[in-house]
Amino acid sequence: MASIAVPRRSALAQALKGARHAAENKSSIWSWLGTVDHKRIGVLYGVSAFFFFIVGGGEALLLRTQLARPDGNVLDADQFNRLFTMHGTTMVFLVVMPMSAAFFNLMVPLLIGARDVAFPRLNAFSYWLFLCGAIFLNASFFTGDIFNGVLGAPDGGWFGYAPLNLNRYTPGHGMDFWMLGVQILGIASLAGGFNFIVTILNMRAPGMTLFRMPVFVWMTLVTSFLIIFAMPVIAVALFELMFDRLFNANFFNPDAGANPLLWQHMFWLFGHPEVYILILPAFGIISEILPTFARKPLFGYPFVVFSGIAIGFMSWGVWVHHMYTTGLGTIANSAFGISTVLIAIPTGVKIFNWMATLAGGSIRLKAPLMFAVGTVAMFTIGGLSGVTHSMVPSDYQQQDTYYIVAHFHYVLFGGAIFALFGGIYYWFPKFTGRFMNDPWGHVHFWLMFLGFNLTFFPMHISGLLGMPRRIYTYSGDMGWDMWNLISSVGAFTIALSVSIFMVNFIISLRRGERAGADPWDGRTLEWTIPSPPPDYNFRETPQVHSLDDFWHQKYAEDANGRVVPALGGGAVEPAAEHGHEETAHSLGIHMPSPSFMPLIASLGFPCIATGLIYDYALVPVGAALILVGLFGWAMEPATEEE
Amino acid sequence: MSHAATGHLETSTGIDNKKLLMWLFLASDCLFFGSFIAAYLLYRDRSLVGPYPEDLFDIPFTSVSAFVLLMSSVSMVLALSAIQRGNVRGLQIWLFATAALGALFIAGQAYEFTEFYHEGLRLDTNLFGTTFYVLTGFHGAHVTIGILILLSLFIVSLRGGIQQKDSLTIELAGLYWHFVDIVWIVIFTLIYLIQP
Repeated sequence: MASIAVPRRSALAQALKGARHAAENKSSIWSWLGTVDHKRIGVLYGVSAFFFFIVGGGEALLLRTQLARPDGNVLDADQFNRLFTMHGTTMVFLVVMPMSAAFFNLMVPLLIGARDVAFPRLNAFSYWLFLCGAIFLNASFFTGDIFNGVLGAPDGGWFGYAPLNLNRYTPGHGMDFWMLGVQILGIASLAGGFNFIVTILNMRAPGMTLFRMPVFVWMTLVTSFLIIFAMPVIAVALFELMFDRLFNANFFNPDAGANPLLWQHMFWLFGHPEVYILILPAFGIISEILPTFARKPLFGYPFVVFSGIAIGFMSWGVWVHHMYTTGLGTIANSAFGISTVLIAIPTGVKIFNWMATLAGGSIRLKAPLMFAVGTVAMFTIGGLSGVTHSMVPSDYQQQDTYYIVAHFHYVLFGGAIFALFGGIYYWFPKFTGRFMNDPWGHVHFWLMFLGFNLTFFPMHISGLLGMPRRIYTYSGDMGWDMWNLISSVGAFTIALSVSIFMVNFIISLRRGERAGADPWDGRTLEWTIPSPPPDYNFRETPQVHSLDDFWHQKYAEDANGRVVPALGGGAVEPAAEHGHEETAHSLGIHMPSPSFMPLIASLGFPCIATGLIYDYALVPVGAALILVGLFGWAMEPATEEE
Repeated sequence: MSHAATGHLETSTGIDNKKLLMWLFLASDCLFFGSFIAAYLLYRDRSLVGPYPEDLFDIPFTSVSAFVLLMSSVSMVLALSAIQRGNVRGLQIWLFATAALGALFIAGQAYEFTEFYHEGLRLDTNLFGTTFYVLTGFHGAHVTIGILILLSLFIVSLRGGIQQKDSLTIELAGLYWHFVDIVWIVIFTLIYLIQP
């Protein structure tokens, strides 16, 4: 709306303009608070998501300590309930989703040859709103008497089933924090989803047709569509819960004739696409890593892309497999059983394509590849156990046992988390100009691989032996002791491996081996520009001629069909010499100016949420903050005049 | 971003970024209203105590307010058409008319809610009260946001901030406004007109 900006003469406007200029100084804190640079927002997302990974992991360690031995007394039942609720909610909404968003932000503009996303300020808004929602959700811990072990966190599970989520069954403010916090996080995801669809469809470099896009970009596109259609559904469910809890409405109240199953239908109509929102970005990452380290094109690129799209569509037709035991009847169960079996087909197609990509390749066993291969293997195990509970009678046996816990950790930890770590090792050189230490990367991988399997494989067995999920303790005569002890030992092994990763990350950041623009001999556009990339990414908009364009610039085939280096091909943009740094300004490139409006607008949301729980007086304050932020946003020019 | 200042970006699809964003938002909003409408339909005839819809609905009255909202779409079209021809005065008149018709609709909704409340239907009375107030309330909130957008644009245009080249901004507001209208057609048909 730059075009409708009105002349601003007021002192406030001058002050804001001054603050925007202060934010141009890249080393000041203001530059981070006002940033609209997709790379910086990506870093903010990544650091925040990793922080919450530590928080959620710490919660898991407490749970595993309690369950290590029968009749454990580390936690009481109430603390246990609150911690597993927060562990699940944190890992889904505060770790895997924002870590994926970090990669969307860091990589999508670079991979499609763009200077930034379509809406840089909306992007900043999405991050700040995510952070506000995350802090708000975790603030619930402190609403109890935390120093005496009374936690105020939600205790309804990450799924918050009705009617248990109602006031009379779950009193206290924990569930209120949960429903409002997840609502805020959903709005943040929506903002990101819109932005990335427009960016991918509209901001591609000349020649970058849809079927020349890297698979990661494709998976970002599919994920973003899933986000914009799934998030409104959970938003409605959460609003309905809000009206029930805060204003005595009857959406889930059986006494008024309501059907509490409505909650489960809406939750899983969101929840199953959500599963693919969590895993498709990971599929995209490994589809970039595998070809690079096998030095081969991705096997069956169109099949991988179309399988991803097919998964996106089919993910809307399988939600009842979370509800087989709710008594919907044999016809519903059979229909959804069939659709669930069918969705395994496109997923299987991808797994075979990844394996065929490696087959016959000239493989370099670097840390990113270790994690990518680990993802394929672990996700396959999780996928196969998933097929076992697509079968209705089999699911009746497994429902609510540790077998299910084993399954979804194999797909979400073995699949998503492994791939995200692979992505960090892979793209670290691009953003820091240094490699992460590879031998320690291998130590991290093998320890995490060992710890992961020690933790979650025995859960298949304890589950089949009948151990239910979510129990806070068990007696020693059930035959579960050994399996639980192994799981707990495994959990601490994972913690050790993550500590090694953190040390490696920090040391490599300062003293890692220098990496040039193209350290892995890559195929995609991000490797054509200096590491770390300048603000404006590409000095000149690249022209794309084929899939894996950069590879084709570097290599050609000789008469015998062998790959040989192309003469003079694959020039990368030179890094500026020290003391002669080019800026966007000196190159005549107009980049969007920093803006504080997204931050101001996003602060209004937790303000309203707190007001709804404690004091309605805060609601108009929050609404005013949002209005000020949005109007300021609409009125300030996207690029400040010089 | 090099053309951001002029408001005309070359995009890969040829569709303006903001217009694509608006279409995506509206697509997403379909799921939002769809979910509330589904909840209403699921709970239709499930209320254990009255008042029931047939006791309260005043179809002639709501038809008139629905007509008012539909007419606001006509004035919205006229506003866009005016600025596309460079007629700023026409834009101002029709923007204000659209906002006023929208406000009239909201006034009708406020009257309707008050009437229903006095006849004993509260949010917590029964399933009808819960689903009806929340669904139509969220629609009313959408209309209210639309009125705020229209009035903001009206004020900006009074200060000379909207010219022929800015007609896209009006087109975006129009897309939102027509969508909110269409949602009301669906709600009016499914909730008021088709009684079981």
